[in-house]
Amino acid sequence: MEQIIAIVVRNQPGVLMRVAGMFSRRGYNIDSLAVGTTEKPEFSRMTVTMDADEATIQQVCKQLEKLVEVEAVKVLPPDSSSKRSMILLKVHAGEKRIELLRLAEVFRAHAVDVKGSSLTFVATGDEGKLRALIQVMEPYGILEMVQTGLVALERGDTSLRVESSRFSWPRE
Amino acid sequence: MKLTGAEIMVRCLAEEGVSTIFGYPGGAILPFYDALRTSKIKHILTAHEQGASHAADGWARATGQVGVCVATSGPGATNLVTGLATAYLDSIPVVAITGQVARPMIGHDAFQEVDITGITMPCTKHNFLVKEPAQLAHTLRLAFQLAKHGRPGPVLVDVPRDVQTELIEYVHDKLPEVGLPQPDMERVNRAIAAINQAQRPVMLVGGGVIRADAEYDAMHLCEKLHMPVVSTLMGLGAISAYRKLFLGMTGLHGHERANNAVKEADLILAVGSRFNDRVTGERSSYGANKKVVHIDIDPAELDKNIYSNIGIAGPMKQVLNLLEQGSKVKDLSPWWQRIESWTSMEEDFGDEQAPLFLKALNAVIKDKDYIVVTDVGQHQMWAAQHLKIQFARQFITSGGLGTMGFSLPAAMGAALARPQSRVISISGDGGFKMTGSELYTISTHKIPVTAIVFNNHGLGMIRQLQTVQFEKRFTSCEFPGYVDFVRYAEAFGVKGEHVKTPEQLAEALAKAMELDEPYLIEVEIDPKDMVLPMVVPGLGIGDFVKFEEKK
Repeated sequence: MEQIIAIVVRNQPGVLMRVAGMFSRRGYNIDSLAVGTTEKPEFSRMTVTMDADEATIQQVCKQLEKLVEVEAVKVLPPDSSSKRSMILLKVHAGEKRIELLRLAEVFRAHAVDVKGSSLTFVATGDEGKLRALIQVMEPYGILEMVQTGLVALERGDTSLRVESSRFSWPRE
Repeated sequence: MKLTGAEIMVRCLAEEGVSTIFGYPGGAILPFYDALRTSKIKHILTAHEQGASHAADGWARATGQVGVCVATSGPGATNLVTGLATAYLDSIPVVAITGQVARPMIGHDAFQEVDITGITMPCTKHNFLVKEPAQLAHTLRLAFQLAKHGRPGPVLVDVPRDVQTELIEYVHDKLPEVGLPQPDMERVNRAIAAINQAQRPVMLVGGGVIRADAEYDAMHLCEKLHMPVVSTLMGLGAISAYRKLFLGMTGLHGHERANNAVKEADLILAVGSRFNDRVTGERSSYGANKKVVHIDIDPAELDKNIYSNIGIAGPMKQVLNLLEQGSKVKDLSPWWQRIESWTSMEEDFGDEQAPLFLKALNAVIKDKDYIVVTDVGQHQMWAAQHLKIQFARQFITSGGLGTMGFSLPAAMGAALARPQSRVISISGDGGFKMTGSELYTISTHKIPVTAIVFNNHGLGMIRQLQTVQFEKRFTSCEFPGYVDFVRYAEAFGVKGEHVKTPEQLAEALAKAMELDEPYLIEVEIDPKDMVLPMVVPGLGIGDFVKFEEKK
């Protein structure tokens, strides 16, 4: 089952390697990964998606919590979380620019570059929507594409906030 | 007050109460060594950095205090890695300080540059590269705190050479205490109910009991309930082997009585054990037909290897005391009758000769403040099976990583940490050849370690595995060359003798224990001797190997 794990970590060099290293060392596969800072500059938030059963995901969370730079871990409920990833897609347009632009509208994808004989679209959405966009664009000839990892927040008032670290860290 | 980074490093060690460190200098750590010259901290120059890391580990195992080792950048740092991994797998508090090339050189593949924080990430609890001189003191304090906090472990601090020479403001400081996770009382109560219901309970003690100094708390609980106790390799000493409740070691080379008790128990109360594969054998059958109550300071150990019906994460002493308060005394005599029908740990080693050497040592070490440090292999298992360990921290061994070459340097660390005790190092000839050069350090500082070398002219455990798993297709398990270890010791200025019988060994050891200097005893062992009992590889812990025609 596809699981979404939100991880709040200290925003320090090497922390990505520690988290990623834990996954590879213990034989877990990351499907997607996104990292960015939070409203507090000393913390970053990672979103990891992976295919795992209940027992495995529990173990993953506990192993993550063991890393001293990890401050909070939560498995997000897939049905009540807002999930997005972003795609940039460069498609061969040739004579079919108008057709492509119309198609893109269906996915609320915007053209961000129209130079030459190609079009570059940007779109956001959950995995299913972006996969559908790729399928639709495929026949025209995808020249290049790049995708971010999934980011997700739980819906409603719950929040994964960290007020302060467990340990006292040296000041920057 | 402004001090150099190196002076601050020395101050921080003093703040932590460090009296002795083990290390080896090199270019990138020289400012630290220069600052150390005028300090009261004693530096033990080892023969090799690996020796320094094992010595720091031995120090920590013998005392519970943080052991400290130091090395330079590059090869100095990489030579620590085996020792750090050893400490990591056995949860030993060690702080390793390494020099690093100067900050402007980092990433340029400079002379003696390695990414040691990258290398040691998976085998330390945490590590730091100090890039900001202002963060140096705080980082070192945090390193010590992390090494000790909760489940202990090694922490490495990598300090670039120019950070060591920079002038920095130094303020004496102490980090705030960090609390431990508190046990879930609902689970504690369920555990108490399960213990009170059990007809055939067994307590399984692991190294976590010793790490937490909770051996008396564990003993009080099982004494109160008259509950049989088995131990993992790392738990030996948590319960005295002379106590009637103690059934022996459990695991792949466990005693028959201990393993059978685990197999037939209706409740296993596992305290401070992580259910390593050497303890459980085949995992899926291990917890069948029984309840498993698992207590550990590290929540990640619960349900990692063995599913527990009740898992409690929390401080060992506290949880054990809660269980003792809540549990009720019950008549377990039918269970004890069943247990006593199995071969006891006194008699289940077949007709092997080698165990007799260990048994002979029991009279020498009984009730004495002697520490036994083993290496890895057959002698380690014979020692674990046949030595009667009475006290926590009396038996020091590399359990998790199984590091050959561990014994002699770790014994050196233990001997310096506990000068009132006497330290016996036991190795095989294979492991002794790996780090035997630490005889130099032992001799130089007149560290009274008695090194016993079990010489079977080969790798006995490899021979045993090739006997059982590879139909006696022996390869690379025999040493064609001959080493006279007594003469080897003499070259370092250490006296020694050869012995051939268990009686001679006991006599030689008793004599050596009176000496105030190192000594070496080489014991001639039959290469064909095996470690028995032995569980069939891949089977459950009640399935012992039967040797029809062993030799």
